Amino acid sequence: MVTHDPASEALSALQHPVKIRTENVNLFYGDVHALKDVTIDVPLHAVTVFFGPAGGGKTTMLRLINRLNDLVDNIRMSGHIWVDGDDIYAPGTQVAALRRRIGMVFALPLPLPGTIRSNVVYGPKLAGIRQASRLDELVESSLRQAALWDEVKDRLDTPANQLSGGQQQRLCIARSLALEPEILLLDEPTSGLDPVSTAKVEASLLELKKRYTIIIVPHNVQQGARIADYAGFFLMGELIEKGDGREVFNRPQNSHTEDYVTGRFG
Amino acid sequence: MNRHAIQRLGFGLLGFVALVVVIPIVLIIALIVVRGAGAISWEFLTTMPYDGMKAGGIFPAIVGTLLLTMGTAVVSIPIGVGGAIYLSEYAKDTWLTRAIRLALVNLSGVPSVVYGLFGLGLFVLFLRMGTSILAGSLTLAIMTLPVIISTSEEALRAVPMEFRTVSASLGGTRWQGIRHVVLPQATSGIITGILLGLLRAGGETAPILFTVAAFYLPKLPTSPLDPVMALPYHLYVVSTQVPGMPPQMQYGTALVLLVLVLSMNVVSSLIRSYFRRRRQW
Repeated sequence: MVTHDPASEALSALQHPVKIRTENVNLFYGDVHALKDVTIDVPLHAVTVFFGPAGGGKTTMLRLINRLNDLVDNIRMSGHIWVDGDDIYAPGTQVAALRRRIGMVFALPLPLPGTIRSNVVYGPKLAGIRQASRLDELVESSLRQAALWDEVKDRLDTPANQLSGGQQQRLCIARSLALEPEILLLDEPTSGLDPVSTAKVEASLLELKKRYTIIIVPHNVQQGARIADYAGFFLMGELIEKGDGREVFNRPQNSHTEDYVTGRFG
Repeated sequence: MNRHAIQRLGFGLLGFVALVVVIPIVLIIALIVVRGAGAISWEFLTTMPYDGMKAGGIFPAIVGTLLLTMGTAVVSIPIGVGGAIYLSEYAKDTWLTRAIRLALVNLSGVPSVVYGLFGLGLFVLFLRMGTSILAGSLTLAIMTLPVIISTSEEALRAVPMEFRTVSASLGGTRWQGIRHVVLPQATSGIITGILLGLLRAGGETAPILFTVAAFYLPKLPTSPLDPVMALPYHLYVVSTQVPGMPPQMQYGTALVLLVLVLSMNVVSSLIRSYFRRRRQW
């Protein structure tokens, strides 16, 4: 199971235990081979960046980790993904419970119908938390962590879709945090945001990684380089290069990676 | 001819076509109101008919139509909405679901008199319900189901897939996502479908002809196994089967049926706009 490759060595250099491990993950959408033998270890309490040109499989890989691709028809997958050593594709896995441990933020912010508050408490309520004081606590703490609390604390009961795009995206982050997950998957969370909101989100990510394992698909190379502790470069479904974030972005070993981070293609 | 003239001509034509649609409706309503309004009185609405329906009121027919519509609703709403949820949210594309969809399309094209004969064969005779409110409601419910299912399914499909994905990503089960996110946003469309179906059921004559409707029954039902009079059938009867019927009473009956259906229509659009305001995407 445990493979000894440069990635693991890079990890041990980071002194982080492994939180998520994937081994030879292949995925087909119909006839399209979207992921090819992806094997990677994701370290605990660090920011891992999945980057590369569009269509490379980054988002698909994210959606496999919380089993969101289960919702898509006509998909075949092989290989293994472990979270904390548990094979999450093993028969009998409680998928809803798994997803509560793994928050996800999408490229386009999509508040659920309802108020700011109802968005934040959606997950906790479904998880069975009923106590009003506990829910209020979660609303405040998760909105604070997403750097949104000060802007909305006086209008928690107004419709969520009245927020600006940047605020909506931070609300979506808060909504995931309200479940107190262990892992946060972020798929280009700042793609629709202005530079100020982007900076706020990035700052809160650096704060969040103390307690969460974060995988992020950045919306450009610069963002990836800014925040990566660990990085993987995806190209046409293959994980071409992986390792310490600074190494991958500054001294890439693979020529494709180098071309991409230096802006020669993509 | 320059482009402005062409545009004016185009708008003119479109306006004329719209008018052509509206004119018959206005004429029908005007005719019925003018000729029937004189018959409407408290007595007409709340008393039994007598003298072979040539005198008295139409109370039992009003009650009968309301009871039949309610009976139809009780049966067809849960089955219809449930079926729509299944087809839209759960069913995979298999030969079975394709067969179900084909059946729905065909059912909505079946003439209503065929439903009446089917109801007579299955409910009245085979299941020994007799001509009764129960048999009539069930027959009308079967006729209404395709309308409710197809409009509700459309309303559910109109809710973007991303909402289901978000709900799942927050640890919601498929049903929780449907219950808390998808259904609330599809409510206005579903209610529209339900009311469309029920309105049609309330105004139909053929399906109740053999299954429930009484020709002349000046008393109220006491059990679901009793027959009742119903407005559409009563209208048919007083218009064609009773010699010497005062025309005012014929038009009066039509007016009551019209007002009943139109008021349900108004209520439905109020409900719809209430739920639409809560929807977002």
